[in-house]
Parts: sequence; C-alpha cells; structure tokens
Amino acid sequence: MTHTTTEDAYAPYRHTTEGPVYNLTGGDWESALADFGQAPQDRLVMNMGPQHPSTHGVLRLALELDGETVTDARVVIGYLHTGIEKNTEFRTWTQGVTFLTRADYLSPFFNETAYCLGVEKLLGIEAPSRAQLIRVLMMEINRLSSHWVWLATGGMELGALTAMTNGFRARERCLDVFELITGLRMNHAYVRPGGVSQDLPDGYDEAIRTWLKEQREELHGLDKLLTGQPIWVNRLKDVGWIGVEGCLALGLTGPLLRAAGLPWDLRKTEPYLGYETFDFEVPTDDRGDCWSRFVVRVAEMWESLKIVEQVLDRLEPGPTMVDDPKIAWPAKLSLGPDGLGNSLEHVQKIMATSMESLIHHFKLVTEGFRVPPGQVYTAVESPRGELGAHVVSDGGTRPDRVHFREPSFINLQSVAALSIGGMVADVIASVASIDPVMGGCDR
Amino acid sequence: MGGPVERPVAEDSAPEQSAADIQKVAPTPDSTIDRQTDEPYGSVGTERRGMFGVSGTGDTSGFGGLLREPWTPPEAERPYGGYFDEIVDALYEAYPDAGAAITKVVVDRGELTLHIDRDHLIGVATALRDDPNLRFELCSSVSGVDYLGARHRLHSVAHLTSMTYRRRVRLETAVSAEDPHVPSLTKLYPTADWQERETYDMFGIVYDGHPALTRILMPDDWDGFPQRKDYPLGGIPVQYKGATIPPPDERRAYK
Repeated sequence: MTHTTTEDAYAPYRHTTEGPVYNLTGGDWESALADFGQAPQDRLVMNMGPQHPSTHGVLRLALELDGETVTDARVVIGYLHTGIEKNTEFRTWTQGVTFLTRADYLSPFFNETAYCLGVEKLLGIEAPSRAQLIRVLMMEINRLSSHWVWLATGGMELGALTAMTNGFRARERCLDVFELITGLRMNHAYVRPGGVSQDLPDGYDEAIRTWLKEQREELHGLDKLLTGQPIWVNRLKDVGWIGVEGCLALGLTGPLLRAAGLPWDLRKTEPYLGYETFDFEVPTDDRGDCWSRFVVRVAEMWESLKIVEQVLDRLEPGPTMVDDPKIAWPAKLSLGPDGLGNSLEHVQKIMATSMESLIHHFKLVTEGFRVPPGQVYTAVESPRGELGAHVVSDGGTRPDRVHFREPSFINLQSVAALSIGGMVADVIASVASIDPVMGGCDR
Repeated sequence: MGGPVERPVAEDSAPEQSAADIQKVAPTPDSTIDRQTDEPYGSVGTERRGMFGVSGTGDTSGFGGLLREPWTPPEAERPYGGYFDEIVDALYEAYPDAGAAITKVVVDRGELTLHIDRDHLIGVATALRDDPNLRFELCSSVSGVDYLGARHRLHSVAHLTSMTYRRRVRLETAVSAEDPHVPSLTKLYPTADWQERETYDMFGIVYDGHPALTRILMPDDWDGFPQRKDYPLGGIPVQYKGATIPPPDERRAYK
C-alpha cells in the first residue's frame, strides 16, 4: 500500500485501497481563501430568483448570508422590462391605455385611470359623473382582487396553501365582475380618456351585490383561517420592520406607510374622482412590521366593500363618455348576433348616409385627437401606494412621454432595509409584505 | 456597465463648468434637426412639417405645407395663484440664491414647475425639504424627458410632495446631451436611487454623486439610451417584393 502523492494534470492524488484520493487544494483556491481571511468567515452569497416561486415573479435577490442571518441584500430587476413607456410614444392617446393596463397586471384599472386623468387634465376636460363613479367602482373591486392575490401568493410563500386556494377563489369572483362589465378578466383597456369604453351591462347591480355578499363571506373565512393562527402570527410579527422616517426616505407609500402609522392615502389627502364624498376610513397600524401590513390590507378590503356599496346606491343613468365628438370614440359598442362590436346603426350611418361621419370616424380612429402641449402629474392610490402618471404632450396625436411612478418599483428599494439582520425565511415574508408586481416594476 | 454616450463630446463640456458656458456648446454635427430652438429650457416638441411624415414628391394630400412650431411653456407672472406664491416666497427666504437658481417659473394646468439651474439643484432641494415653511418630505418621482431639438434637450424632472401642507412642486433641470450631468438627489431623498438609475438607463442623464449609477432595467452591457428620441428603433426587416418594413418612427403615419 503506497501513500506517495502522484502528480496529475488536474490534481495531485494518492492511491488507497478505496481508489485514488484527489487533493483539491489548488493555488487559486488558497489565494481566494486568503482574501476571505480579511472578512468574517462563513459568509455565503446566495442567489434567489429570478425563477423562484417565492420571489413574486421575476425578482432576483442576491443575499449575503452569515449562517442563516442576512448580512446584505441586493435586488436585481429588469427581467420583465417591456418598454411600455416607449411604446406609448408611437400610439395615439387612446391606444396608450391598451399598453398601460398591462404594466401592473394586478391593478389594471388604476393604471388606466391614472393615465386617463393625466390626459384629461392636459385636455382640460372632466369625465361625466357616471363615468367617474364607474371608475371608482372598478378601482375598488380591483383593490380587492389585487389584495387577494397578495394574500394568496404571500400565504403560499409562507406555507399557508389554503390561503392561496381561498385567495385565488375570491379573486376569481372579482375577475368575474370585471368580465361581466368589460368583457375581459385582465388587460381591460376599459377606462379611456374622456370616460369609459362602454356602459355597465344589464344586471350589473344584482351581480355586484351578490359579489359583495360573497366577498364578505370570503373575508370572514380568511379571518377564521389566518388571524389567530399561531404559525401565521409568528411568521409575520416583528418581521420586516420599517418606521415612518424610513418609509418617507425610501419613498414607500400605500399599505407599507400606513402600517408604520401614517394615515397617508391619496383618496383622502388629494381626492380625485369625488373620493371626498365617500364614507370610508383609512386603516393604519403602529407596529410597522409584516403583521401590520397584513392587518392594514385586510382592513382596506373591508373599506373598499363599503365604497363599492355606496357607488351602487349612487349610480344614475347618464353618459359614460364626455360629450365632445372630437374626443369621444365615435362608434358605440353594441351586442349583435356575432357578439360585441360596432353598433350596426353607426356602421349604417357612416357607410350609407353620412360621408362626413365616415371621415370623422376614420380620422379619430387612425389619427386620434390632439392634446394641447404641456405636462401634468396625476397620482392615484393604487393597492401598492402612489401610482403617478407623468404625461407630457407636444401638441400632437401621440404622447411625447409617459412615465409611471410605479409603487412596486419604488417600494422594492426597501428590501435591504426590511431583511438585513433577519433570517433567510424572513426575507420571504418581507418581500411578500411589500407586494411587488414585477410587470409594474419593470414596465 | 452602461455604454458610453455615442455622441461626440464637445471639448468645453467638462462637468465643472458653469451652466452659462454650456449654452454655448455647438449643436451636434449629426443632428438631423434643421432648426435649434433658441429657448434653452422647456421647449416642447420639434418643428414638424406636413402630416404624414413624407417629404418631396408623392405627398398629394395638400397637408405638406403645414408647419408646427415647437411650443415653449410661457413664464408665469405674479401672482401665480393658490399656494404657488407661498412656495416661491418661502424658497426665496430659505435659499438666498433662489434668484439665480430658478431660471423659470411655469404654472400650467394647476401645477407649479420650477426650472432649476443644476448648480443650485441640491441647495434648492435641501431648502424645499428642510425649511419648516416648505417641508417637501417625499420625493414622489424622478424621471426624464427628451425634448429633441432644444439645446438643453434632456430634462431631469423631480416631483416633490409636501405631506405636511399637501402640496406638490415639480423641479426641472435641463442639460444638453453633450454634457448630461445633473447632481444626484440620493443624499437628500434616498428614494431617488433607483429612479435616477432608471433615468440614466433610459436617457443617459449622469447623476453626479449617485452611489452606484448603473443600468437597472436594460441589460448591463446595453449600448445607447432607449428613451431618447433619436434612439434607433430597429424594426423587423421583413421583405415583400423587395421592400422592407421600416421601424415605427420612419413609417408613414399621422404625426
């Protein structure tokens, strides 16, 4: 039995009864370890995502770990960048809605409304009151559907699979309402500059009141399932803390800021679409941790139900698009034997009787309307915080620049602040409590 | 890392020079814009002729003679109205150099825009944040706009929010593409970190003093700045009977 070391092209080895044993102390490795001598030992840099079920879509985290403790966290985004802002510069003002609804795909009505409020401010017009009420209605239902997905995915990431199945079931009810009203479950392009694309369908009132009842039951079920559940409480309490000062420095708005104790809600502080006339509370909490964010979001869902009910009581017949033929879409949608489409009456008018109507229709659909030059910033309170639209016009039929101040994008900056010093498992809870949507973050 | 600015850099465009000197920088030789607007700040849009984007023969539409001039937001006159006067007065009190810092005040559609000289941007923003009469605690948004055709075509736009007074103000700083340096707001508002990275990524505005100004949405090794108006769009070279489909900005379309 020999124990002499033999030289090899790859690594020195010695023969044993079990076979050759390679000695892998290469020169490179030793110099690398020597560098590490300067830094604390046992540090590990771990990559999480972008393909990871707990990172809320294509979010990538680079974590530096000391054992189980996170010592540094960096966020890498951009995997879902689709150039939506640039694309809007090559479409008409109306077509822009079709792109922007796809940015934050869990809160499409907020994207559409923020953009349309900006375009309307540039035009100096205001949507009719019925259209404004419909926008409020859709946004508040949307707030519920978005919060349901936050709860479902966040619950799944923390191992509460029933929260996921129940959450997605409840969200599906919301999407049913969207489908009834807009024809689509997602990517609606329903809110348009000047109003909404079509009026509410027959039977909407009954459908939404049934939905209200179902949502209350779902929320009670959620309460039974999670609020007192020890594992859920322990995973969230005292995890991912950030205070009001930290929120303001990092620009965090929405439930994160309210969970830290500041009742800042644009629906109250800078009311738009008549939110000042609705009776609802802005829920806050004072712990500033993941548990607070859970409590605040659930309370917000109850408040949204209150607003939806008030809208239903207030809705009165009326126009849903501004009464200006230079802006309003010429064709009215109507139900025909082959489904929803341009109204036959309108087609008959432009094809058979009125040449001017045909020209007008053609010009408005292909060229679009002109928007006087200038720039505006309009903000709405989305489920994730302040969603701002910075819209610039050069006087043409296309936007010169559309920028979204995306709350997902801004809020994700807090990942390091929330997770450094905590455990790896708490990173999951912290990221889930931010509720980022990468479609909105990367645009 | 971000690709270099591909435009020729004028010799006298060192970052430390004053804004007054920068206005003398010659227009870029490769610029396709015939007429540089004299207005250094705030021109919106470029001069356009016709309606369908065609020139020379072939335009029988009768719209070829249309001329649209660039639009410049008019300078606001006192009183600005609403709380705008209070903001500007308080700023003059809190920042003695405000007269030199504010190059233009625009009040448009119920929003206040202060055009700020970049040398004073940090001073103005500090006063806006810290002065008890101003208290703009939140930096809502930082983004860029490219007004191709203006001398200072790249605008860095910051929207500040005062939660105490429930007010908003827009700070706009214009720089040229040859010398796209703007001081970073990250020390005052840490939230500007990613937003300035995005603006750098998309417009090539360089934020001096930013801790790590790298690309954020585009790949690290990307060349060029996609949101600039002169960024080539590419398009798909689909051929049909010898003709190719041009990129969207070169297609015949209503402009």
